[in-house]
Amino acid sequence: MPRNVALFVTCLVDMMRPRIGFAAIRALEAAGCDVVVPEGQTCCGQPALNSGDRDHAAALAKQTIVALEPYEAVVVPSGSCAGTIRCHYPEIFAHDPEWLPRAQAVARKTWEVMAYLDEICGWRPEGVSMDAMATYHDSCSGLRELGIKAQPRRLLKAIDGLRIAPLQGEETCCGFGGTFCVKYPAISNAIVGEKAYAIDATGADLLLAGDLGCLMNMAGKLHRQGSKIRAFHAIELIAGMGDGPAIGEEA
Amino acid sequence: MSAFTDRADAALADPILKIAVERTAGTAEAKRTIAIDAFPDFEAARTRAAAIKDHVIAHLGPYLEQFEANAVAAGAKVHWASTADEACKIVIDICQAAGAKSVARSKSMLGEEIGLPHALAEAGIGRVETDLAEHIIQLADERPSHIIWPAMHKTREQVSALFKAKHRSPHVEETIAAMAQSARRELRTQMLSADVGISGANFLIADSGAVCTVTNEGNAELSLVPPRVHIVTAGIEKIVPSMPHAIHMLRMLARSATGAALTQYTTFYTGPKRAGDRDGPEEMHIVLVDNGRTKMRDEGLAEMLRCIRCGACMNHCVVFRQIGGHAYGGTYPGPMGAVLTPVLDGLAPNRDLIHACTLNGKCQEVCPVRIPLPTLLKGWREKSWREGLEPTSMRAGLGLWAWVATRPRLYRLGTTIAVRVLRLLGTKGWIAKLPLAGGWTRHRDMPKPAAQTFMAQYKKARRP
Repeated sequence: MPRNVALFVTCLVDMMRPRIGFAAIRALEAAGCDVVVPEGQTCCGQPALNSGDRDHAAALAKQTIVALEPYEAVVVPSGSCAGTIRCHYPEIFAHDPEWLPRAQAVARKTWEVMAYLDEICGWRPEGVSMDAMATYHDSCSGLRELGIKAQPRRLLKAIDGLRIAPLQGEETCCGFGGTFCVKYPAISNAIVGEKAYAIDATGADLLLAGDLGCLMNMAGKLHRQGSKIRAFHAIELIAGMGDGPAIGEEA
Repeated sequence: MSAFTDRADAALADPILKIAVERTAGTAEAKRTIAIDAFPDFEAARTRAAAIKDHVIAHLGPYLEQFEANAVAAGAKVHWASTADEACKIVIDICQAAGAKSVARSKSMLGEEIGLPHALAEAGIGRVETDLAEHIIQLADERPSHIIWPAMHKTREQVSALFKAKHRSPHVEETIAAMAQSARRELRTQMLSADVGISGANFLIADSGAVCTVTNEGNAELSLVPPRVHIVTAGIEKIVPSMPHAIHMLRMLARSATGAALTQYTTFYTGPKRAGDRDGPEEMHIVLVDNGRTKMRDEGLAEMLRCIRCGACMNHCVVFRQIGGHAYGGTYPGPMGAVLTPVLDGLAPNRDLIHACTLNGKCQEVCPVRIPLPTLLKGWREKSWREGLEPTSMRAGLGLWAWVATRPRLYRLGTTIAVRVLRLLGTKGWIAKLPLAGGWTRHRDMPKPAAQTFMAQYKKARRP
């Protein structure tokens, strides 16, 4: 029985890098899932939630819950958006007896894509090869809200020829922080500057992570500094799409 | 621009500050990791520490009364202060009644919080700071930049120059040991001749009336035992039921703060000198300070009262590590300071503190009493939003975005247009300058989006 899975694309992947969404679909289908992209989705509401705008966060959460409710599982190519649905939706509706059970039900079946492939499907990429040295940054929300650490590494290990270089401070925030990076650009820059330095020091060809926001921040800094390191969402490599353009490369 | 961003910019432009902060916080981080790895089940110990604090915070009244009764029985006097000003007035009155000309003070963040150094100066009472780092701060006429290492923002080279300029017989050899000796020569006579010793408290033990202090220099003992009068100022949240509870908290505190198993000196003071004692103060006064704490408990910040002031949150904070403690502008810096400063100094002037955080969650991960600092900061953000303190541009921008985002069909049109506009601004895959998001492109490039959104491509691909 194929698993009936809804892909929550995330607003950033939708607008900035659709191939992450297609990579997620490809990997999920290879793992035997039946993937649907529900129409009613836009953004999970995290920007409003983190800005203190509870009402708009709740409105977007309700819209997302309604869109995702019918499916067996919800899979998200972002630890941060998956964390919002899984950890914060039930908090938003803590005092709303009508919406709390619905939020909890969706929260329970929502997964970050690599965690889903690894833990639920027990799947590994087959016949995927990539002769490269990569380094991996653990994005904060995925790491601390969802415990995503070993899952992407287990999946990446199944790629032929791919080596992983350890990144000094791999669990240290890259300084993105959603609106933080535009509200406090100088502080954010100092943080991502150190991160870029650490990434460069690994000697890797590729920078991988599981969240597009962090990747855009790090890749944007690396590019501004003239680094040749190419950045991908890890799911792109896992789905066998590592031969395409990296972040910031023309298709 | 705001006062906070001005201070942060100045801090970012100071390469010496960066070196100083990295040396201390970097060492602390490494040593803490080793100490926690060697601790059997630190996660269970954190849970227990949080439970101890939650229990006393929920039952503050009875435990404080028990503490008072036992402290009085041991011969101490207990005073209650609801505000910072009241607390300072009580301390000054005690000093004046004792005819004190000088006080020796052992480092206390509560003392800083209530403005005690300033109050003593106003009253014309001389003050000698006996903690080495506080001594440095006093010589430099600055404020602490960290709750454990007040002079963390200074390098040893800067301290050496300061001692040479201010000490009567400064060190000659450029070693830490020689510098410490210089401070010792300077401080020891002043400590021993002080009329009053003032300290804070790391823990108040309810079932014995004892006050616990921890130091690594022994300065608390030397500041508090010789003078005629010992005054303790302590926040009411410092209470623990009994000695075993205090010992558990001490194990968490020292490891989280410095990575040591225990501080060099851990002392329990129970009442003044008793008949037959060879030393000790004639009077012991304990000032229990509320200063917003019961309000915090009753208004959604009870978890913050678990804080044992270890500093782990700031040592591990990416923002603190870049800007240091002074940029925060309050008594307490870093993540815990960002939660506390709006309580102590008001939300409106401290809006930046609650936003200058990436919500990465590292502070919560290292907190020995499991304070959900990111959640508490988000709570402040909600309050700030509700009270209309957020800028109009932010409110209007988010409002418009949310209005569109809750209309999926309109949202698809919006993203289609946005992608086209963004692509016009880019060359060779990257956008180097972005209107309305200059904060991003001032320091980094923005990747150019793909020609079509995911939703548009998906719809096209799935069309039969």
